[in-house]
Amino acid sequence: MGGALWRRPWLKGASLLSPPVLAFVLVYIAALVALFISSLWTVDSFTGLTIHTWSLDNFRELWHGATYRTVAVRTIVVAAAVTVTDAVIAFPFAYFMARLAGPRLRAVLFVLVLLPLWASYLARVYAWQLILNSDGLLNWSLRKLGLPAANLAYTNTAMWIVFSYIWLPFMILPVYAALERIPHSYIEASRDLGAKGGRTLRSVILPLALPGIIAGSIFTFSLTLGDYITPVLVGGTSSQFIGNVVYDSVNGAGNLPFAAAFALVPVIVMAGYLLIARRLGAFEAL
Amino acid sequence: MTKSMWALVAIVAVGLAFPAAGVSRQSGGTLNMIAWVGYTEAQWVKPFEKSTGCTVHAKYAGSSDEMVTLMRSGGGSQYDMVSASGDASLRLIYGKDVQAIDPSKIPDFKNFGKTFQSPPNNTVGGKHYGISLQWGPNTLLYNTKKVSPAPTSWAAIYSPKYKGKVTVPDNPIQIADAALYLMKTQPSLGIKDPYELNSNQFNATINLLKKQKPLIKKYWGTAGQEISDFKNGNAVIGASWPYQTNTLIAAKAPVKDLVPKEGATGWLDTWMVSSHTKNLDCAMKWLSWISTPKVQAQQAIFFGETPVNTKACAVMDKLSKGSCAQYHANAPLKYFKQIHFWKTPVADCGNGQKNCMDYTKWQSAWTALKG
Repeated sequence: MGGALWRRPWLKGASLLSPPVLAFVLVYIAALVALFISSLWTVDSFTGLTIHTWSLDNFRELWHGATYRTVAVRTIVVAAAVTVTDAVIAFPFAYFMARLAGPRLRAVLFVLVLLPLWASYLARVYAWQLILNSDGLLNWSLRKLGLPAANLAYTNTAMWIVFSYIWLPFMILPVYAALERIPHSYIEASRDLGAKGGRTLRSVILPLALPGIIAGSIFTFSLTLGDYITPVLVGGTSSQFIGNVVYDSVNGAGNLPFAAAFALVPVIVMAGYLLIARRLGAFEAL
Repeated sequence: MTKSMWALVAIVAVGLAFPAAGVSRQSGGTLNMIAWVGYTEAQWVKPFEKSTGCTVHAKYAGSSDEMVTLMRSGGGSQYDMVSASGDASLRLIYGKDVQAIDPSKIPDFKNFGKTFQSPPNNTVGGKHYGISLQWGPNTLLYNTKKVSPAPTSWAAIYSPKYKGKVTVPDNPIQIADAALYLMKTQPSLGIKDPYELNSNQFNATINLLKKQKPLIKKYWGTAGQEISDFKNGNAVIGASWPYQTNTLIAAKAPVKDLVPKEGATGWLDTWMVSSHTKNLDCAMKWLSWISTPKVQAQQAIFFGETPVNTKACAVMDKLSKGSCAQYHANAPLKYFKQIHFWKTPVADCGNGQKNCMDYTKWQSAWTALKG
């Protein structure tokens, strides 16, 4: 067998690649196709049985239901807000780590960035609940400073804060990687040509860091887009995400086809996002 | 590798792919149940398993809707029994997911309170689809330090006085609470039953809930969430179950609950048997077992609800002094006349008309309310 492989190198490549490709096709593509197919079925509301006839009813309901549009728009807007917030916070942090900090400080900062990831996602969301509660840490501190209490528990603002906190490491790391790769000579060249700090940042560093920011934004955007736990735990009375409606459709109404139809919305949004990201060269920085 | 080795590999692979071929599935003596948390506790399940030889496997469900979905999963053959609340039981009966049973085979059935022998949420056309288990009211819970004067009416959760400090369950059946309030406060709407609403009555109810929404801090999803919101000051008043009150009082929180003057909605749970069960014998033994006074009393005290077996009262007081009165197990008929038990809203209004809003409408209205 070894001889056969040596004579035909393509065979080696194919046999190496085929298990992951097979798994990819079976697990990823097949699941997506199944999702799409079941979104074309409907459920009999009386018996709860799935009716296996093709129809676009679910998509019609999605399109005409004002609630679902509100929920989809809210999900996308929060995901975008979280992405922008994380990018703004991550850039100076990553810049300091990559270009200014010494090796020892850099290692410490790395640990600090990654430390939250060691704790469970749920524990971190609950920690924020404790901070934002009416009698929580935030209001306690504000009272000590003689400031009025912030009413943040169970609001969309709370959701935005918690998401921004939770996904921040996923933005810092790719931005750091992109910044670290910029050769120092580029910055010197910019200076030699008379550019001040601001001009160098705008014209040299930012464009070269952009693929890293886009790569990070894929994580923060898609992770927020698909979440449904944080809205339940820290969201308010108008905080439903696409994931919450999908969950309620499956576990509540038993309407898997409608859930499948709604679940296709983030898939489509992400596909569009990834296409744009590829245009901007994000995948070179991953 | 030789040819014969390849053949061997092929045979092994085929064998691995079809492990169940030729092996008949033995499930004799096992009951797969869908239950509420706290309904299949070891203190009464273990003695049952020992005396009957039937094994109990319970899966906990988080909501009535989930129970219905689970009972229907896999063609309905995965689960033998379900502890369905009234807002799930009719769906299961009309969906032919559960079967009628003969209550004369349950020795303690004759000791059940009259109201609980044939309640409309588990008895259809004179047939008993399972037997009643326990019940309880959905109460008004409030913080005694922050809410004064003490509320006597559900109006407290619809008035702006406690804006931003109100919490109610995140559940479509909550629409019935608002309908009950309107039934008593706006008689011109003509609501006779909070679960049978025509489109006019339904819209009025949803409008009340929309007006209530800005007052609400959080639609609670789990009992634990409401408990922590009362503890940490996020909420001071809300719709609740006795379970939360008991837990909060045990934790020394300053709370009290009541059934307001308009009455309250409530739940009445029924153990039902799947139409597809292969263990009818074990299922009937379970029904007999959980309706005995001792098990009824154990469960009532564990969960904080009221047994349907009138003989359970004495056992409850023996297990925990005063618990019979605490959970209203000895309450007069007048007490549960004011409780409107959960039932699945259906299109049939019960008065010959078929224009009532069914549960699907309730669900989508609730999703739209949350927005």
